[in-house]
Amino acid sequence: MRRTWCWVWLFLLPTLGLAQPGIDEDRFHSLTAELRCLVCQNQSIADSHAPLAQDLRKQVREMMLAGRSDAEIRDYMTERYGDFVLYRPPMKPLTWALWFGPFLFLLLGLVAAWRLRRPAQAPVATDVSAEDVRRVLDENK
Amino acid sequence: MIAAAGHFALALALGVALVQFCVPLWGLYRRNGACLAVADPAARALFVIIACAFVLLTVAFLRNDFSLAYVATNSNTLLPVPYRIAAVWGGHEGSLLLWMLMLAGWSAAVALRGASLPADVLATVLAVLGGVSIGFLAFILFTSNPFELLPTVASEGRDLNPLLQDPGLIIHPPMLYMGYVGFSVAFAFAITALLHGRLDAAWLRWTRPWTAAAWMFLTLGIALGSWWAYHELGWGGWWFWDPVENASFMPWLVGTALLHSLAASEKRGVLRSWTVLLAICAFALSLLGTFLVRSGVLVSVHAFATDPSRGVFILAFFSIVVGSSLLLFAWRGHRIAAPVAFAMFSREGLLLLNNVLLVVAALTVLLGTLYPLLVDAMGLAKPSVGSPWFNLTFVPIMLPLVALIGVSYLVGWKRGRLQEFRRAVAPALVAVVLGLSLPLLVPGSQSLGVYLALILGGWAITTAVAELVRWLRLSRRPSRAIVGMCLAHFGLGVFTIGVTLVSHADVERDLSMKPGDTVLMSGYDWRLLEVLPVSGPNYDAQRGTIEVSRNGDLVARLYPEKRSYRSQPNNPMTESAVDVGITRDLYVALAEPLGEGAWSVRLYYKPFIRWIWVGALLMAIGGGLAATDRRYRLGRSLARDGLGDDLAATPGALS
Amino acid sequence: MRLRFFAPLGLLMGLILVLGIGLKLDPREVDSPLIGKPAPVFSLPLLGAEGQLSERDLSAAPSLFNVWSSWCVACRQEHPILMELARRGDVRLYGLNYKDAPEDALALLAREGNPYLASGMDRDGQVGIDWGVYGVPETFVVDRAGTIVAKRIGPLSWDYVQQELLPLLKELQQ
Repeated sequence: MRRTWCWVWLFLLPTLGLAQPGIDEDRFHSLTAELRCLVCQNQSIADSHAPLAQDLRKQVREMMLAGRSDAEIRDYMTERYGDFVLYRPPMKPLTWALWFGPFLFLLLGLVAAWRLRRPAQAPVATDVSAEDVRRVLDENK
Repeated sequence: MIAAAGHFALALALGVALVQFCVPLWGLYRRNGACLAVADPAARALFVIIACAFVLLTVAFLRNDFSLAYVATNSNTLLPVPYRIAAVWGGHEGSLLLWMLMLAGWSAAVALRGASLPADVLATVLAVLGGVSIGFLAFILFTSNPFELLPTVASEGRDLNPLLQDPGLIIHPPMLYMGYVGFSVAFAFAITALLHGRLDAAWLRWTRPWTAAAWMFLTLGIALGSWWAYHELGWGGWWFWDPVENASFMPWLVGTALLHSLAASEKRGVLRSWTVLLAICAFALSLLGTFLVRSGVLVSVHAFATDPSRGVFILAFFSIVVGSSLLLFAWRGHRIAAPVAFAMFSREGLLLLNNVLLVVAALTVLLGTLYPLLVDAMGLAKPSVGSPWFNLTFVPIMLPLVALIGVSYLVGWKRGRLQEFRRAVAPALVAVVLGLSLPLLVPGSQSLGVYLALILGGWAITTAVAELVRWLRLSRRPSRAIVGMCLAHFGLGVFTIGVTLVSHADVERDLSMKPGDTVLMSGYDWRLLEVLPVSGPNYDAQRGTIEVSRNGDLVARLYPEKRSYRSQPNNPMTESAVDVGITRDLYVALAEPLGEGAWSVRLYYKPFIRWIWVGALLMAIGGGLAATDRRYRLGRSLARDGLGDDLAATPGALS
Repeated sequence: MRLRFFAPLGLLMGLILVLGIGLKLDPREVDSPLIGKPAPVFSLPLLGAEGQLSERDLSAAPSLFNVWSSWCVACRQEHPILMELARRGDVRLYGLNYKDAPEDALALLAREGNPYLASGMDRDGQVGIDWGVYGVPETFVVDRAGTIVAKRIGPLSWDYVQQELLPLLKELQQ
């Protein structure tokens, strides 16, 4: 959820000189926070203390210094480690169900709710037992 | 000695659970009152026996009894006493025993308070709980026995995982399990309703307080887990959409839906079969969570050491319990369905919408959690599904829900009237002012999405206050259920504001610092004074001293540590240091030494992060108030007078 | 009985099926995207000798490229298997000495035997990143065309060697 806004960058400019020189720390963070560390597997390389994560952070930093774009850096990672390194799964046929599923659920849920507001057909006569009658009586007490 | 007694207690417990399950069901089938009456003492006895087993294991930990494999794996002579007690549930076997203790505790509580329930209802509920107990006791005895002996006594224990040596561990699992297991009571009531083929207002009054109580514990448990991860894992995160976190969050979402559908069912008689289904699902998701955490099908930061045979056992148990429940639902569900028509623009219509959103949210979390597994099962290269995906899908589903809360107060049961919306003008204005002004306090938080989320959070807060004021005017003392509801919704608003601001405006820096260096970040000067070696009871550490000041005034002196526990010297732990504040946390962690006195230091500025846990705490308190509402106790005694034992006396009630 | 009351049961069955299959899979194992692709280009100084090791050495004939280190505990476990493979001589075995100190690595080979025709020293782990290494040990199978045909993550086992690796190598050698 960490987004970078131009003006945030401007606001933080004074601090960058004291950080490591030359790169946009917010961009660095939002990028590494979306790359999965393969060693501990449930941390991003921004968060992880694993040696491989340190190496990959260094790699990202160098690539940013070399002027590569976010997409190029992500491609670099997926070429080596596969889509597994991306915490934001890329949109492709394999992930369509993942990306559109929630909104499909929502649609289905709303349709079901809309239909539910009317009663299902009244109970069929054969279903009525002494108990049903008693229940209805209970309810209307 | 302890091992033998522990084994005996567990075996005895399994026997008692079998009695608690079989005898009352037989009694129900044969309409035998004596058999029904067995359930109550059996449930109480089960609790006493499990409590004994639990105490035995605790004693083994306190006495460093390394003849037990579980103690030797999870404790150490150097481990401080409070952590030795917490270590009882620090590993797989002991945490299952804690789970079982909770389950027996909830069953005994139902038995204790059950004097006012009809005898056959009480017996059925306890029998279902007994059935669940059988599964867990068999699981403990056959695959995960904490009283298992080592072939030879170990001279020293391997120690509790240093990550778990934290006050958070002492309290987080018990709360979480109370919540997970608490849903078993609502589940047992649901199965009872299906077995008896009846679900009436009395049933709803019995089920509501138990559900609210379980929900309260689960809310607390999740919030504590988040707080623990925040300050223990050293990366300043409070929620990571990790499979284990999701495992606890899914039952919470469905449990929340259940609380609301129970209200609609009780007030208006609608959504009854849906309510029963939710009660089954909330507990099913608790069981699914257990499976996900303990079977090793998903990787997680906080999963237990896993073992495939355990996975097979839990999956089989899960399939039997949930499968038979849903089969029962498919067979008998329509009998409790109430064909009551209702308008969409009514309180019950909005509660239905609330349920749709919460269940869709739970399904979304389930989809995201299991999708990698699904792809892997098809033999394809699995993707990762992380927070970016959850934020893009889950948040848009939840925001309308927050908006809906304030609207629901304005819409009456049966049919809402638009005139009532005049009441919303003042809260809405205050919410807008709040939402637009809060970002002024937090640099970097001005964006359309942030304003929208903050206004919605503010709306939840102002409308909750307005609703409470309205009730205070109507009756001098509104019921605890009303106050609880307002408080919980108020808490959700606080939570929303916290999440929004910390997610969009937190600042973090990973830098190399030497003693004497000063860094300006987020308006604060962070100065590393020194890094010195210190020693704890069972660890050695490098402790940094960092002074944070603002415009020359000292704000805080923080002491982050890099610890090396003597039992596991190759696994250094990051112990962060936090200056807590209402509008921001200042968070420091020592990452790794870089040589020549320099350290890689992580600095975090976390605006409004405390609001997340304060909000969750308010929600939990609200749940607690609702659970203890006088009406439920009153309802019980009315139920006894009104409905009494007629069910047991009526032939064909089980047909 | 109405159909919609069966819907939850259907969902559950699907869920159980997926979870059941999931029990047989290792969630930690990540398929390498490099399989079927040309071996990444590299050139590394040899461990304990003058000269360089490059991807061209691997493609002269079907080869194994084993990522190892003296600090890696699991590497000890597969070391006897590597020694046996070297003794049989039907496969060319190269090593990638990953993020290691040369003196430690050489001491280990002197103590436990050297199964490798040659090992390249990847001291900063850069070649490891290019090969998508995330845990030591890992073993790549490279064919004559210089294409990576298989990757084993974690230590080799006798089962794996006999049932998968040797048949694969035989196929590649034909």
